[in-house]
Amino acid sequence: MSVDPITARGDLRLTRITKSYGEFTAVNDLSLTIPKGSFFALLGPSGCGKTTTLRMVAGLEEPTVGSIHLGETDITTTRPYQRPINTVFQNYALFPHLTIFENIAFGLRRRGIKDVKERVDKVLTLVELPHLAQRKPTQLSGGQQQRIALARAIVNRPALLLLDEPLGALDLKLRRQMQIELKWIQREVGLTFVHVTHDQEEAMTMADTIAVMNEGKIEQMGTPAALYDDPETAFVANFLGQSNLIKGKIDGADGENLVIDLYGQKIAMPKSRSHAIDTSLYAGIRPEKFRITRTGSQVGGNTLTGGHIEDVSYIGVSTQYVVAMPWGQELMVFEQNDDGVPPFNKGEEVLISWEPNFTFGLRGDEDIEAGMEVNPQELEE
Amino acid sequence: MRASLPKIKTPYLLLFPGFAFLFIFFILPIINLAQTSTQTPIAGGDTGQNEQTFAFSNYINAFIENREQFGRSFVYATLATIFALAIAYPLAYAIAFKSGKFKNILLVLVVAPFFTSFLLRTIAWKQILGEEGFVVPTLRNLNLMGQSTTITSTSVAVVAGMTYNFLPFMTLPLYASLERIDPRTIEASGDLYANAITTFRRVTLPLSLPGVVAGTLLTFIPAAGDYVNAAILGSPNTKMIGNVIESRYFKIVDYPTAAALSFTLMAAILILVTLYIRRAGTEELV
Amino acid sequence: MSTPLKTAFIPTIPIKARFSRWFGRNLLRIYMIFGFTYLFIPVAYTFVFSFNDSGKSNLIWKGFTLDNWQNPCGAPQICNALGNSIKIGLLATIFSTILGTLIAFAIGRYHFRGRSSSNLLIFLPMATPEIVLGASLLSLFLVFKINPGFWPTVIAHVVFCISFVVVTVKARIASLDPRLEQAAMDLYANEVETFRRVTLPLVAPGIAGAALLAFSLSFDDFIITNFNSGTLITFPKFVYVAAARGIPAQANVIGSGMFFLALALVIAVQIVNRKKIR
Repeated sequence: MSVDPITARGDLRLTRITKSYGEFTAVNDLSLTIPKGSFFALLGPSGCGKTTTLRMVAGLEEPTVGSIHLGETDITTTRPYQRPINTVFQNYALFPHLTIFENIAFGLRRRGIKDVKERVDKVLTLVELPHLAQRKPTQLSGGQQQRIALARAIVNRPALLLLDEPLGALDLKLRRQMQIELKWIQREVGLTFVHVTHDQEEAMTMADTIAVMNEGKIEQMGTPAALYDDPETAFVANFLGQSNLIKGKIDGADGENLVIDLYGQKIAMPKSRSHAIDTSLYAGIRPEKFRITRTGSQVGGNTLTGGHIEDVSYIGVSTQYVVAMPWGQELMVFEQNDDGVPPFNKGEEVLISWEPNFTFGLRGDEDIEAGMEVNPQELEE
Repeated sequence: MRASLPKIKTPYLLLFPGFAFLFIFFILPIINLAQTSTQTPIAGGDTGQNEQTFAFSNYINAFIENREQFGRSFVYATLATIFALAIAYPLAYAIAFKSGKFKNILLVLVVAPFFTSFLLRTIAWKQILGEEGFVVPTLRNLNLMGQSTTITSTSVAVVAGMTYNFLPFMTLPLYASLERIDPRTIEASGDLYANAITTFRRVTLPLSLPGVVAGTLLTFIPAAGDYVNAAILGSPNTKMIGNVIESRYFKIVDYPTAAALSFTLMAAILILVTLYIRRAGTEELV
Repeated sequence: MSTPLKTAFIPTIPIKARFSRWFGRNLLRIYMIFGFTYLFIPVAYTFVFSFNDSGKSNLIWKGFTLDNWQNPCGAPQICNALGNSIKIGLLATIFSTILGTLIAFAIGRYHFRGRSSSNLLIFLPMATPEIVLGASLLSLFLVFKINPGFWPTVIAHVVFCISFVVVTVKARIASLDPRLEQAAMDLYANEVETFRRVTLPLVAPGIAGAALLAFSLSFDDFIITNFNSGTLITFPKFVYVAAARGIPAQANVIGSGMFFLALALVIAVQIVNRKKIR
């Protein structure tokens, strides 16, 4: 088949990709399908292999083993300039010697496309910067450079747009604004976006599907809500938001539910949300799913007794408690300040309760610290 | 993989023309120089006709005969390097940190004297400081200088001339490495209880060390082999090894001795430079 | 109840402390003025004496004249020497810039076996005293019965200029963000186009600087030239030979002229660059 890869369209399929540098394996037997038209995020801490994966898709690296397909076309060893894939680089990589107009026109000119001016003007309007066409990149602010880098890529109408930590260099406020704009532009132009980031909030705001990567492998893939509500591993549970993981044992079943023994107290959780492989497991509950009440009050669902308030932080919309449990573990509880009940004081004995359906179960042999000590501010590789 | 094959060859293809040139016109001449250095004149032949006799004694004879000039070359070059460093460092520092928007203009001004031929500038010094200039008569009239004392034709003049001529070679690398220092590191040092001197010793100087190494080498090496300053500003008593090599080639036509002297000079400089680089601990020089 | 502003005590800094602060702040600036004065004394001297109505030997001030500037070729041989220097300088610049830039790209862009020995080979000519370079080349030319003259001089200049070109261009290549080239490849430019449209324009200022440096080194060289030029007269050689009996004022005219020309050129480049950014 001698189809020009530049015309390839369709889903992106990575099949059993491994990339090693000498002894070090950056990406380890990774398989992944990214459906056409989706906004896909590769999320993970620095050094997890997400950027390497992105560079292999862009053609800047070749996989040691495995293949990459775009639709039906094998693009594993295709040169970067022969792929219908464009990248928004970290720090943008705008050509300092060319004007904004020529930066955006670069790809069009290389492919010999006729209506360059028309297309560049249109994309500049899309990113709302038509007045900057004749400036040089150094004269632009960070946010403006980011939009030009995006315009330079999407003007080529690629099958796939890769975003490598595109918002990392912007300040928080600008980042929020750009997250919304990027999402809007993706819907507007209808391209497949693959977004690499270490910022879980950024990934959750923008992507329809997130793949969480750790040590060269995909830990879990799904919609932001699915990943958050039902993490399958401790790494995902800790990297995406915060989790309370309590060691327990499966102590039988009750219809659709499992009965779990947590240090002598019985709770229930849906069978479908347990990822344990034997009777030992960790019961996971997100801090905001807990309710705190005074000992002795009547509450439904799962309850844990014997906790003492260890620390109270009032942060406006919510109050965050650290509750010391009788078995020595400290639990995080986020309580909405919506019930008019004055906050609890340090030292008070309290009752913790939650809906059984909010519980998720992890394998009992997991490292419950996984994904916790990574610093999300750290830059990629 | 087909695509990666040319990648391996490319650097060698790029290197080839330049390195072939350097091999023919730099390495071969040095090898040839080494050969010449152990030759002796053919008995009864014309001047300049020599045969290979592996006379390593050439080296010993040449060195013993000219040890004074050798010593002078290294002393003068060392002094000129030290003075140039002392003058250039504050200058480079001022341009890097205190010149604001005039930075580029000042940098141009450092290089600008280059464009007036260095011979003209050296001769200008000779005339300014000579008997007929205005400096010497003024000093004599003020009784700051003896009537028979002179400035030119002394070793002071030769060292001063070399210092002056190689100053830009010292200033530019110093500037380049100082300019790279983030001024906030200097402020941070002050914030962490270091006074100006400690800051300089512990922060600025170590960070600018690559520039110091490059600058001193670019000054010392040409200074040690120089003979123009000694010829113009000096006297027969200030002759350096360069002057000897030059006259062996052109006046006495004694190629073996000239070659032996050149080789000794080169070897001495290379050894000193290697020791110096080891000491300074900078690997990547060029 | 706050104290009225008028009566508030405004601390003043004692005069003495103010002076020492001013001095401390400006010490380096004062030093800079002295430094530049030192650098420019001989240049100024050369310039002033280019107006000397001196006759043959330009040693003592004899009166102001514009004759020398109106007739810079007045001294025998001088313009011939200048022409030779310019020709040699241009040829040496062209060859050394091409060869040196190729080497700089190889060393600056690729990791290959023998990279560190390549670095050494570039460093060696810089670590070799000019007199040794000149003398060894002369010996080689003599062995092959090549008479010293124009082309041997050009070759000798290329030898010592190459290293300076490599170092200058390599520094520029090292400061280049590799992502710019990756971005070009990503935007459908193949290797050749990437080099032509992105790499070369970005490295060009470094190459131009290297060429300027090579020309000024070649133009001003005396020692190596003296060994390899035979009877050919270059401008520095002319000055050196003339120095024995007194240099004609026309040499000052040419020296000063070159100075102002180079200064004007560099300033013009700066202005053009600044305009481009704006």
